Amino acid sequence: MAYRLKLVPEKTNIDFFRWASLTFGGSVAMVVAAIVLTLVMGLNFGIDFKGGTTIRTESTQAVDVGAYRQAVAPLNLGDVSITEVYDPTFRADQHVAMLRIQAQEGAEAITPEIIASVEAALKGVDPSITFPSVESVGPKVSGELIRTAVLSVLAGTLAICVYIWLRFEWQFAVGAVVALVHDIALTIGIFSLFQLKFDLTIIAALLTILGYSINDTVVVFDRLRENLIKYKTTPLRDLCNLSVNETLSRTVMTSGTTLIALIALLIFGGDVIRGFVFAMTWGVIVGTYSSVYVAKNVVLFLGVKRDWGKKDDSAAGTQFATGK
Amino acid sequence: MLNIPLWKRIVIWGLCALGLLTALPNAFYTRAEKHNDAVVAVEKAGFETPEQAADRALWPSFLPSNVVNLGLDLRGGAHLLAEVRVADVYKARMDGLWPEMRRALADARGELGGVRRAPSDPSELRIQIEKPEAMARAVEIAKGLASPVVTLTGVGSSDLDVTAEGNQLIIRLSEAERAATDDRTMQQSLEIIRRRVDEVGTREPTIQRQGTDRILIQVPGIGSATELKELIGTTAQLTFHPVVGRTTDGSAIAKPGTIILPSIDEEGVFYELEDVPVVTGEDLVDARPEFDQNGRPAVGFRFNPSGARKFGDYTGANVGQLFAIVLDDEVISAPRINQHIPGGSGIITGSFTVESSTNLAVLLRAGALPAKMDFLEERTIGPELGQDSIDAGRIAAVIGLVAVVAFMIASYGLFGVFASVALGINIAMIFGFLSSIGATLTLPGIAGIVLTIGMAVDANVLVFERIREEMRTAKGPARAIELGYEKAMSAIIDANITTFITAAILFFLGSGPVKGFAVTLVVGLVTSVFTAIWVTRIFVVTWFDRKRPKSITV
Repeated sequence: MAYRLKLVPEKTNIDFFRWASLTFGGSVAMVVAAIVLTLVMGLNFGIDFKGGTTIRTESTQAVDVGAYRQAVAPLNLGDVSITEVYDPTFRADQHVAMLRIQAQEGAEAITPEIIASVEAALKGVDPSITFPSVESVGPKVSGELIRTAVLSVLAGTLAICVYIWLRFEWQFAVGAVVALVHDIALTIGIFSLFQLKFDLTIIAALLTILGYSINDTVVVFDRLRENLIKYKTTPLRDLCNLSVNETLSRTVMTSGTTLIALIALLIFGGDVIRGFVFAMTWGVIVGTYSSVYVAKNVVLFLGVKRDWGKKDDSAAGTQFATGK
Repeated sequence: MLNIPLWKRIVIWGLCALGLLTALPNAFYTRAEKHNDAVVAVEKAGFETPEQAADRALWPSFLPSNVVNLGLDLRGGAHLLAEVRVADVYKARMDGLWPEMRRALADARGELGGVRRAPSDPSELRIQIEKPEAMARAVEIAKGLASPVVTLTGVGSSDLDVTAEGNQLIIRLSEAERAATDDRTMQQSLEIIRRRVDEVGTREPTIQRQGTDRILIQVPGIGSATELKELIGTTAQLTFHPVVGRTTDGSAIAKPGTIILPSIDEEGVFYELEDVPVVTGEDLVDARPEFDQNGRPAVGFRFNPSGARKFGDYTGANVGQLFAIVLDDEVISAPRINQHIPGGSGIITGSFTVESSTNLAVLLRAGALPAKMDFLEERTIGPELGQDSIDAGRIAAVIGLVAVVAFMIASYGLFGVFASVALGINIAMIFGFLSSIGATLTLPGIAGIVLTIGMAVDANVLVFERIREEMRTAKGPARAIELGYEKAMSAIIDANITTFITAAILFFLGSGPVKGFAVTLVVGLVTSVFTAIWVTRIFVVTWFDRKRPKSITV
């Protein structure tokens, strides 16, 4: 027998409900904490959602945030934040900083004169400075972008919910949605906790997390449905455990390969998409957790109608439950 | 029992080959791109320079040459979102209407008494009338100047709403006319911007209408959004010149006081024109597709009063002569003056189709930006930053790929090798597919591909894990393999459809880079299901047929 890397033993029999009060209760507590945290600390919205201008500077000389700030101060632009950016992919003489200027009163987008004056002021500090990217979003557009972002996350959750309801039973749909809310809340929470920049790409990451997490959850549900038909009298709790145990190896493998790829991107993918990749990496971790510890607890709690195997003994996956 | 019919094998291998072939140009990106640019340039110019021939030879023409478009965030360039102040045009229309209206009302001076324009909202025209008792007559006269709106929905409605309020006559554009005007304004703005941007000759600019009054402009390779704004801000030059002669010799030297300009739609035809224009586009108020008295498509146009006077004088004195309409140093058309055209409006007839008359009307109107634009969003991305992102993405993809392959082989042995080869084909197919449909690769799109590398093996993992399970119960390895593929199917389908749903939402609601991400995600989904289910299956079945192992280790 050839050697095989096995992260999960051939046959597991873990009781995933043993610590249910701890794991599920912990999840509930985490979600509540994440929501409270987001409400109290708020999110560090990028210009996509708040309006304003970001200027990326690059120079062969070291970044002197204080000097930059002094140079820009006389321009009276209101709130200007300046941060230095570090990245392992940068060359030794590549020094990058980000300036963020708030949306100016009464202006739809920042005027070219202001950008030119900021650039001139910075050139005064460091003649070798260049500006690889300048982005400016007016308050009108940013308001619309927020609306679209919220709408897309809601629409994504709803569409998945409807699909699960059609393919399985309503209890499964509720379980899936609870798991999704868990994942989204925790992801937004961590962005609030570390005050990471929250922009449009993070919304894309959130939707991808939705897709990934539901993917994981569905695999477990699919097995649960199969087992419900196979073992008609076994208690639901045992079947849930059996299904998770049977799919555990797959869950760990897929999360493993996805995380490997994401971590490679996180380290080597450059700072421009780091926030995006971070959201996705974190989302895969909480998504995996929620499909094992959250979704099925809800299904167990709600109970499942057990007679649906009778109507349909053919291959699983061809049945559309009527639900209600 | 593990047989795959021959036709299925052929289709699967064929699709793989197609994927690899269409992906090939991306491996030689600069070469293929130079080739494509040269082909486009040659097609446009009609002849070929030696450099273009050399560029064209960089890539063999029998191979597919489409490459993935790089988005602004990877190539560098400028992005602008502009809002057109469509209401500006209402004011211009009202100001243009006033002299005409005054003349019409003055003709009925006996009944109405004196008329004068009263101050009003810019989008309406208020006329004070000396004898309010004759208001009904004034309304009738004003309505007489209205013309029917020609749109798909507004058939039968008039372009002016005329109401009376005390001693004031109020004239507004009707709802239908406003909609039609907005539409024309947008078309005209788009056309002008397109011409302006094309002038700098950058590759594949995106100029799109968004919603009712917005325009998205993305120009790769331009220095900054400020530069782009300046470019768009300048007005197109529309002029009307007397024609001196026609020639096919473009290199002829113009006589003093004349210029030689090429025709825009007749190849190789040049017009010799007087260099001082009679009227310029600044005097043009409107142009729209119409029909002449014989029902043939034509283009109607209208000048403002000063343009009308110049135009009227010139046409009166030069009946039978050719009169050239010149836009940006190209002759759009050179119609014959059939009669004296007073009043500043007329039609251009010729061998028009409905389509070409519409186009010319758009071009004529495109002389000057019809309304001011506000820029709501602007982004500049430097080319170096884009290149850095491409490099970083490439490194991350290679490392991710190597790690996933190592992990898969360590976990599943030979089956892991099959899955890895399928993964390679999968990535090639993603690039092939994206190139073929002309999709744009953005930075989040690269992340999407890396994510696909991780997730693509999911279907295989599902199958392999299932085979392992079936090995414990099923009779013999062949049966286990068959059952593995069969039973994993339902989970694979469910899992991928849910991801597909989120990707579709991202596509419809997202914009720019996010949309690019959604496209790669969907393409990756389709190709990964194909490679994971069919390609690995062929590998497994072929291997199994050859070796006929008594037992297998997955």
